[in-house]
Amino acid sequence: MNLLDLLIAAPLIGFLITLALPKGNTGLIKMFTLVFSLAVFAASLLLVGPTLDRPAIMTWVTDAPWITTPAIRYHVGMDGVSLWLVLLSTFLTPISILLSFKYIDKRIKEFYAFLLLLEFGLIGVFVSLDLFLFYAFWEVCLVPMYFLIGIWGHERRIYAAVKFFLYTMAGSVLMLAAILYLYSKAGTFDYPAILLMLETGKLALNHTEETLLFLAFFLAFAIKVPLFPLHTWLPDAHVEAPTAGSVMLAAVMLKMGTYGILRFCLPLYPNASKENANWIIILAITGIIYGALVALVQPNMKKLVAYSSVSHLGFVVLGMFSGNQWGLDGAVYQMLAHGISTGALFMLVGFLYERQHSLEIKDYGGVATPAPWLSTVFLVTTLASIGMPLLNNFVGEYLVLQGAAQVNIWWAVFAATGVILSACYMLWMYQRTFFGETPEEVTHHMHDLKAREWACILPLIAVMIWMGIYAQTFLPSIGASNKTILDRTQPARVAEVANNGR
Amino acid sequence: MQLWLIPLLPLAGAAINGFTGRRTSRSVQNTVAIGSVLLSFLWVVKTLMALMPMEERYVEHYFTWMASGALNVGVDFAIDRLTAVMLCVVTGIGTLIHIYAAGYMKEEEGYYRFFSYLNLFMFFMLVLVLGGNFLLLFVGWEGVGLCSYLLIGFYFVKKSASDAGKKAFIVNRIGDFGFSLAMFLIVVTFGSLDFPTVFAKAQQFPIEESAGIITAICLLLLVGATGKSAQIPLFVWLPDAMEGPTPVSALIHAATMVTAGVYMCSRSAALFMKAPIAMDTVAIVGLATAVMAATIGLVQNDIKKVYAYSTVSQLGFMFLAVGLGAFSAGIYHLVTHAFFKALLFLGAGSVIHACHHEQDMRHMGGLRKKIPHTFNVLLIAALAIAGFPFMSGWYSKEEILGAAHHHHMWMYWAAWVTAGMTAFYVFRSIFLTFFGEYKGHAHPHESPWSMLGPLYVLAILSLIGGYIFPIPHILEPIFHGIVPAAHIEHSLADMILGSSPGIIGIFLAYIVYVAKPGLADTIKDSFSGVYNILYNKYFVDEIYDAAIVHPIERTSRNFFWKIVDVGIIDNGFVHGFSGAALNFGGLLRHLQSGVIRNYAAWTVIGVIGILSALTVLGGGR
Repeated sequence: MNLLDLLIAAPLIGFLITLALPKGNTGLIKMFTLVFSLAVFAASLLLVGPTLDRPAIMTWVTDAPWITTPAIRYHVGMDGVSLWLVLLSTFLTPISILLSFKYIDKRIKEFYAFLLLLEFGLIGVFVSLDLFLFYAFWEVCLVPMYFLIGIWGHERRIYAAVKFFLYTMAGSVLMLAAILYLYSKAGTFDYPAILLMLETGKLALNHTEETLLFLAFFLAFAIKVPLFPLHTWLPDAHVEAPTAGSVMLAAVMLKMGTYGILRFCLPLYPNASKENANWIIILAITGIIYGALVALVQPNMKKLVAYSSVSHLGFVVLGMFSGNQWGLDGAVYQMLAHGISTGALFMLVGFLYERQHSLEIKDYGGVATPAPWLSTVFLVTTLASIGMPLLNNFVGEYLVLQGAAQVNIWWAVFAATGVILSACYMLWMYQRTFFGETPEEVTHHMHDLKAREWACILPLIAVMIWMGIYAQTFLPSIGASNKTILDRTQPARVAEVANNGR
Repeated sequence: MQLWLIPLLPLAGAAINGFTGRRTSRSVQNTVAIGSVLLSFLWVVKTLMALMPMEERYVEHYFTWMASGALNVGVDFAIDRLTAVMLCVVTGIGTLIHIYAAGYMKEEEGYYRFFSYLNLFMFFMLVLVLGGNFLLLFVGWEGVGLCSYLLIGFYFVKKSASDAGKKAFIVNRIGDFGFSLAMFLIVVTFGSLDFPTVFAKAQQFPIEESAGIITAICLLLLVGATGKSAQIPLFVWLPDAMEGPTPVSALIHAATMVTAGVYMCSRSAALFMKAPIAMDTVAIVGLATAVMAATIGLVQNDIKKVYAYSTVSQLGFMFLAVGLGAFSAGIYHLVTHAFFKALLFLGAGSVIHACHHEQDMRHMGGLRKKIPHTFNVLLIAALAIAGFPFMSGWYSKEEILGAAHHHHMWMYWAAWVTAGMTAFYVFRSIFLTFFGEYKGHAHPHESPWSMLGPLYVLAILSLIGGYIFPIPHILEPIFHGIVPAAHIEHSLADMILGSSPGIIGIFLAYIVYVAKPGLADTIKDSFSGVYNILYNKYFVDEIYDAAIVHPIERTSRNFFWKIVDVGIIDNGFVHGFSGAALNFGGLLRHLQSGVIRNYAAWTVIGVIGILSALTVLGGGR
């Protein structure tokens, strides 16, 4: 039982305690979940030091039997990539809770309980080293998000929730099949054990097997990312979700897909990853451009930000399949950066919604006059989102594009047009919302940021600036972990290990 | 040397005014805004004194910004003579314009916001010139673009202002696209972004290996430069940028930011000299821009628009110099242009101020007597830009014409004619504004001394700046060894020939607008076709809108979103599949009963399914 185990268990315990709290005492529920999630965040910070000491390998490892037949193990651990994603989850959960204090007015207990359950699932996904355990956590995440959208969402919430559920299920069923197939061949779900068997040749996958398994995993992850053309659940889910749901969905849940690719697809199926890289990259670049173009013409702010996520996540996939250090480092950095800035964007759109109860851009205008600070933080977030240097996304995008250029300059050429387009759609939205004459309607409803809202947005702004100016807090550990992954996928090494195995 | 103080002082100023400006008085805001820039200027002076004679590049490394794989980008500031020249221009002119702006903006709402942005601009501009590698230069590059966006759109309630700001940002983004691709290629080719490393490796590259890739890099850098420095084909944002307050036009859109492209190309001289095709392209782009913008400038009626096109045209001259390998001549013109063009804009601001925000020259006239100080300084600026002998602009223009003379005669004559047009349109603006009868309805009044003071300082610089700052001589050590020494002899005949277009242009403008006032209209009527094309700026904006902007928007909306996304993917595949498999509609109706148990049941069914599958498999083992 180490600190990581405690950290995994804590949100689940919090979830159960919250369910046990008296339903009527909403103040207590809010206060408890907020304090509890802050404590979880504080605890997660304690993981940083030791993990950063040896980011290339797994630390905080616990490996214990869970179910004997089939042999499912509770095997968890954390490297330099997992660390930051866990931190992203624990950082955003208290913020999402605080964010909802005013917004959520029905079934209050369940709402906060589900946020903690979601945190439980997310942390689990990012630290699982047993394939079945990973799958279990993967599904755990699905449930609270399904309810968050389905119960507390807007008008078409049921449609969006079911769509979200079915889409994701379709993918995860395939992944489950692939996991079970691997199990039938290897006799274990234990991920490091399977990797070792593959390396030593004890477990050999022929070309067809590897390709099919790769595709099954990849499809599940690609839906979650979401990779074009599997993205159409995302705009609906975002538009209908309550603010906190959108924030968690965009900021952390989408990263489950890209994390899965990095953690499982690339090391398990190095040859298939290489062989299929080209068409995946083409889809990723298509997504970058397509997402941006569709974002350009969205009349609804949340839809706009959702399509911008399709575009931004395209960069992540592009980086991952570039197959070099720059691409991978940039991809992971972009995952974190997108989490912060898009989380902040959804939050700010939520603030506007709380004031005027509309998500349509045309209902706004001239907001800068009555709410200058809200406009300022929105602008900073917008700039972060469009990859302004000294803010977080720039570093990730730069490294991804550099990695792509290393492989094929034309990939960088096409992908970089997404950077131009991002300025177009974001600044256009910003102009229509914040500039111009202020209509009566807006003047009537609009007011500047309140203390609670400041408390929500300021930490995100601070991280945006930090990640933009001093990337070296994060990059060395990300780089070390990625190097371990990359070494596995090098053809030379794969061939060499295979020869030794024979 | 604490180089970091140079940019960080204005940044601190921006932060202080930005955060506290709503509660502090104007005098506090002035002190912070002007004081921070002035201190920065003094620190530049102190640093340069200490580093004299600066034969070597001086570097300070602060921390590693990002390191990944073989790439390591540091936050490094470096000074050599080229940077020193830029530092002096930016902080020197910057200080003067800040002082002027305190007077000019006195009546404006959002005074502190204006100065916060202006200080922030100084920060990024100083990072741009101090940055010791391409990426840091790019930070400044994007940052000045951001401040330009904010300041053009300063009057954000006005749609035209926020449109112009957005246009500037996006057009610059297109340029930055080229710049970033150039950086990717630089890293792929040279493995670094540090200036000395890249340039040293470029020198060692055998020409037959390097020609293709270095040409590509330089052409992409040029794309970046055409955005920032408003050259063909990306010049369209600069005239619109005149929506910003006039001090902004002077500082950002005349004296400093727009010259960043010239600085960047000169900084990369070692690369460009290895890419003759790119050099020719730079020269041709510069010359074409100079000619085109000058012709547009001939017929504009808005005084700021005239000077905006004039800036585009003069920047074209600088690029012509760069493309001809006369980098120091380009920087020379950059410096003198900073003097006289800042003065032209600030003087125009004084005129506009005097006429109560009137910018149309047709409603001015006869102001010579009413605002004599403004007239004096604007006349000096006009003489300088016209290249009147021994004025600052004359020196740098002579250098550029000399370089053209040395390379291609046709370029020389094209530049010669453009110089004539320059003199013509500038003096047209002077004659329309200050001569004849006053045609407006305001009561013009002279500007206060807080505005006139900086104007006179700039007037002195426009007068003698070319002589007291012999830039080509100062920059000798920078380009020595990169650019083959070309001793261009200036014979007396060449000098007379080079000075003549300015004098001819002034003379013609005098004839048309003072001596024979009806002549202008006669010419306009007899060449109405040409006039219309020029007056409408060759319809470039309209062409871009029709060929690029509207098709993208329409295709995105009507095809990608409505047909591909909603139609094909969603209604076709997603609903098709799920409908077939699960009778989606029925399922929806079922789930809409809103009972949580139903949802839970779904999950339970899923889990049971999984576990039973497991049991089968596990048992089978």
